[in-house]
Amino acid sequence: MKIHEYQAKQILRDAGVAVLRNIVAATPDEAATAFESLGSPVAVVKAQIHAGGRGKGTIASNPKQHGVQLVRSAAEARTVAANLLGQTLVTIQTGPAGKTVNRVLVEEGCQIARELYLGIVVDRKAARPVLMVSSEGGVEIEKVAEETPELIFHESFDPAAGLGAFQARKLAAKLGITGASIQSAVKFMQGLCRVFVQQDCSLAEINPLVVTKTGELVALDAKMTFDDNALFRHPKLLEFRDLSEEEPAEVQAANAGLSYVKLEGKIGCLVNGAGLAMSTMDLIKLHGGEPANFLDVGGGANVEQVTEAFRILLSDKSVKAVLVNIFGGIMRCTTIATAVLAAYKTVGFNVPLVVRLEGTEVAEGRKILADSGVNIITATDLTDAAKKVVAAVAA
Amino acid sequence: MSILVNKNTRVLCQGITGKVGQFHTKGCLEYGTKVVAGVTPGKGGENVLGVPVFDTVAEAVEKTGCDATMIFVPAAFTADAILEAIDAGIKVVVAITEGVPVLDMVRVYETVKRSNSILIGPNCPGLITPDECKIGILPGYIHRKGPVGVISRSGTLTYEAVWQLSNLGLGQSTCVGLGGDPIVGTSFVDLLKMFQADPATEAILMMGEIGGNAEEEAAAFVKEHVTKPVAAFIAGRTAPPGKRMGHAGAIIAGGKGTATEKVAALKSAGIEVAESPADMGAALKRAMKS
Repeated sequence: MKIHEYQAKQILRDAGVAVLRNIVAATPDEAATAFESLGSPVAVVKAQIHAGGRGKGTIASNPKQHGVQLVRSAAEARTVAANLLGQTLVTIQTGPAGKTVNRVLVEEGCQIARELYLGIVVDRKAARPVLMVSSEGGVEIEKVAEETPELIFHESFDPAAGLGAFQARKLAAKLGITGASIQSAVKFMQGLCRVFVQQDCSLAEINPLVVTKTGELVALDAKMTFDDNALFRHPKLLEFRDLSEEEPAEVQAANAGLSYVKLEGKIGCLVNGAGLAMSTMDLIKLHGGEPANFLDVGGGANVEQVTEAFRILLSDKSVKAVLVNIFGGIMRCTTIATAVLAAYKTVGFNVPLVVRLEGTEVAEGRKILADSGVNIITATDLTDAAKKVVAAVAA
Repeated sequence: MSILVNKNTRVLCQGITGKVGQFHTKGCLEYGTKVVAGVTPGKGGENVLGVPVFDTVAEAVEKTGCDATMIFVPAAFTADAILEAIDAGIKVVVAITEGVPVLDMVRVYETVKRSNSILIGPNCPGLITPDECKIGILPGYIHRKGPVGVISRSGTLTYEAVWQLSNLGLGQSTCVGLGGDPIVGTSFVDLLKMFQADPATEAILMMGEIGGNAEEEAAAFVKEHVTKPVAAFIAGRTAPPGKRMGHAGAIIAGGKGTATEKVAALKSAGIEVAESPADMGAALKRAMKS
């Protein structure tokens, strides 16, 4: 689960990790009031969307307006907020469709001496969280990793023990932090690592982390994502979820216990199992088609779930044909055949449907489909299925 | 011969009184697996499908001599169940449960590695030595006894591959589902070592997917240490970056973990890579001939 910058900063502030004073605003007037309350000679108005690249990103209908802007008065804060709120912000990470800005963060300015990078992820190989730092703040870490990997330093830690103070000092030294700032760096790094563990983060990224002219370390930006599997023990985090930032069909699927990802192609797929679902997309591409989605109905899907899956697939107007690919292991082919027919009755199929069944009770499953009189194109194997569905779209 | 489990393996089911645990215990018993005990705290003394239930794994081990376990407890309790099984000295611990928090796996990982136990999973279909022992949720009937070792991060994709192998007359020595999570107990490399050492295994088929770099590590290991023919398939060539594809571990993050990188690594190690998921069995056959 992703959250907004202002929410991440609230979590950091609550945990004693240094952030600047800020106020979130949903209207231009609120933004103006926020500027006054902060009482800072300069402030920054920042569009709040679940995507990076906001500073360089621009408003679709007003390319002169960037997603982040410095303001020097309440009136200016109001104007910038008015330019951003309700508008579509397009950044390198949003894709051309962009995202609607529903809130802005008004934050006090600060005197920046240096910009650094700080991020935490779980290293799969070491099976530990790892804190990465770089002197190249404000730059995408992937870019640094590719071009100047020698500028990235890291320390892994045991979640029970947290990051050792000595580890933080090692990293601070690599970053050229000296004097009184070392203590500020240790406090910041240990604090962020503690938040990462406490909140079951999958990513915590501060980019840039700034060293102010007075030598303090403070988060200028903050990005946090959380392990979906751990949300059950963080009910408070769920309050931060912003459904308007998510693909509605993906939310609908998740509510039905389905795993769905929308893609750009014309061939909808309904598959059991994540590995087979990915492979089915690949297979379509291999035979010249483009998959419209990833959809895993799971190992033990029932009639309701399969019906919901069809409803989601068929409501996508770009879908011109559907491929059902089921390998019945624990799930019986008869179950899926019955579910397909039930879905046909409730949802109705307005595009060609190719079905490939294999595995448990396959003969009976195929018979159920054949005897139904429903216009279904049956396929004998994977390749046959892919060819038939690609042909169906071309026809 | 085979790896990890055979006809003498005595299996425990943790979470046997739950709906899913009971359903799959039945499937394992029907396959011929010696399921000798179940554990559900507070339900000791009961029995499920004729299998005695104990309150603790330690007691189950003491009373029944079980040496492998399949874990079906809810995700929130899975890490604890893994530690309990290891503490009781169970050799092969198979965690079927999906949805275990990543940091829970971080917390148990060191203990698993320091122990004499092997953890398969979590979020995996289990493993099978055909005609001898099935642990987990795999459909037993598609398997045939034979010379191919199978390793996979996925469930149904493994069934697909096994189905293709069996139809080509290629049986399996042991098939293992590693699990679809970012942190799992056993890697491709761990199993490649075992299959290389197993006299009954003549060739190895591995199914990987996007996310992480376990396949790249496997490729490097095969190049240096595996003399048996190896074929592979990688799922997710069309997966978009930054999106979790069903499995928690199947995500291209920061431009890393793409299918293209993995296929290139496998090919450079001399591994026969199936371009299509329809070609997995045939690819293994080609690898065995060359």
